[in-house]
Amino acid sequence: MNAQANPHEMSTRAASPMIELRTVDVAFGRGRVLRDISLVIPRGQTLVVIGESGCGKTVLLKTIIGLVRPTRGQVLFDGQDLARLTDAELTHQRMRFGFVFQGSALFDSMTVGQNVSFPLREHTQTSPAEIHEAVLSRLAEVGLPESIIGKKPAELSGGMRKRVGLARALALNPELVLYDEPTTGLDPIMSDVINELIVRTRSQHPVTAVVVTHDMRTARKVADRVIMLYPLSRLKPDEPQIVFDGSPASIDHSSDPRVTQFVHGEAGERLMEMRKMAELGS
Amino acid sequence: MSASSTSRARSRGFALAVADWIAALGGLVMNWVFAIKDVLAFFLHTLRWLARRPRGDTLWPNFYQIGVLSLPVVALTGLFIGMVLAVQSHSQFRMLNLETRLGAVINMSLVRELGPVLAATMLAGRVGSAMAAELGTMRVTEQIDALASMGANPIQYLVVPRFIACLVLIPALTIWADFMGVAGGYFYGVFVLDIDSNHYMENSRNYVGAFDLFSGLFKSLFFGAAIAVISCYRGFHCDPGAEGVGRAATSAFVISFVIILVLDLFLGIALDEFYLMIWPEGTTFL
Repeated sequence: MNAQANPHEMSTRAASPMIELRTVDVAFGRGRVLRDISLVIPRGQTLVVIGESGCGKTVLLKTIIGLVRPTRGQVLFDGQDLARLTDAELTHQRMRFGFVFQGSALFDSMTVGQNVSFPLREHTQTSPAEIHEAVLSRLAEVGLPESIIGKKPAELSGGMRKRVGLARALALNPELVLYDEPTTGLDPIMSDVINELIVRTRSQHPVTAVVVTHDMRTARKVADRVIMLYPLSRLKPDEPQIVFDGSPASIDHSSDPRVTQFVHGEAGERLMEMRKMAELGS
Repeated sequence: MSASSTSRARSRGFALAVADWIAALGGLVMNWVFAIKDVLAFFLHTLRWLARRPRGDTLWPNFYQIGVLSLPVVALTGLFIGMVLAVQSHSQFRMLNLETRLGAVINMSLVRELGPVLAATMLAGRVGSAMAAELGTMRVTEQIDALASMGANPIQYLVVPRFIACLVLIPALTIWADFMGVAGGYFYGVFVLDIDSNHYMENSRNYVGAFDLFSGLFKSLFFGAAIAVISCYRGFHCDPGAEGVGRAATSAFVISFVIILVLDLFLGIALDEFYLMIWPEGTTFL
């Protein structure tokens, strides 16, 4: 937020939600992934988006920060429509985001130190000594030792890469942090470490967070609110794509079989479908 | 079934097959039209970001990769093509007792055509496919999305430095290929085929002029721009997976090579017209 903005504008901004999606559709070619998504994420909330693979969770996350443009509807970040921003304005807004990618997306041509300091070097006039201090502090926050600063991402384990990705996402003290499958591919202990880091990040920095996951342990541990997306291919044309929106505690009491099947990890009618296909095949 | 109904069914089947074929052809043409439109949009986007001053830390590594590391392969191809030209032309020129004009034809071919085309082909093969593979891997592993999410424009950060490096260095590589080719041709002509050195050089000087050198270098600028844009575009629009990256790298080279040859033809025609407009009497070897 601009420090010189007038008080009225500041109070309006403070009252506006951090993210608002208005009847958003996203399609790639002829394949629609998201349909008529409307969602309001207030400041300070940690929203967890659950759903099976291919239901559009990651696309939703990328739509929120303008990496994917909606084919219909609006995405408002702090009251501003991202589609109407110029390249320079979008760049400025993106300094307020931190994105933790599913595969970490660390730049493999750079060292850990260069990866974590990238946003600082790109957007600030900080001196090399201050950047070094900031990198050490970020790495310490995610529980990584100073010794890895000169290593390349390929030399790190999956859990370490995730933590470096988190350190990089937090480098500019973002107001909104987006996590894409933060625990996928990690062992249960490392998954819990990452969950703990998500919780700790929120307690240390006043951030709004959106976490995309299909790990119910993550959802229960970090969420203030959970929504569940359902694949469009399995929905009737008039059914909403968000099939659950509530607190993590209430998800266990949902009466919707699509939600309970996901929460309890039951294949349900998918098994019947597989058996039918196998019979047809034989 | 009567004979007339069988014949009707056959002709309907034939009509449907022709309609399918026309639809497939139409689809292919439309895909090409959309692809060309996308590449042009990508090129214009690159030009827009070119107006801003590029960062040195993104530029110099590309200069090294594209320029310095291409020197050996361009030198070798230049050297050998010069010698091959001498071998191939010698028997023809000997029949006309014009061996001493060999220098003119070898050096003219090198400076106007083979130098720029070979340097560009080597660049497309060594650098273009590597750029497509590198950017494709970055696309697949979400590194390009990561750049954008951190407020760094991927075109400015990844494409502009590669474009500048290709554009600036391809004339230098062309001169290098020309030099090595001229040296190869001279070596084979003078030391192996025993052509008189003075005549060889004298004829080269008489027939190969500054416009020929300019013509080759001018064309090379277009080749360099085409290689950079096509390779970066293929990398940015890479399909997922190892297969997608492999396909991006291969198609970057194949498309660049075809475009180099097409550009070479049209630029060659345009430059010849330009030459004849300025010097209508022209020149001849014989």
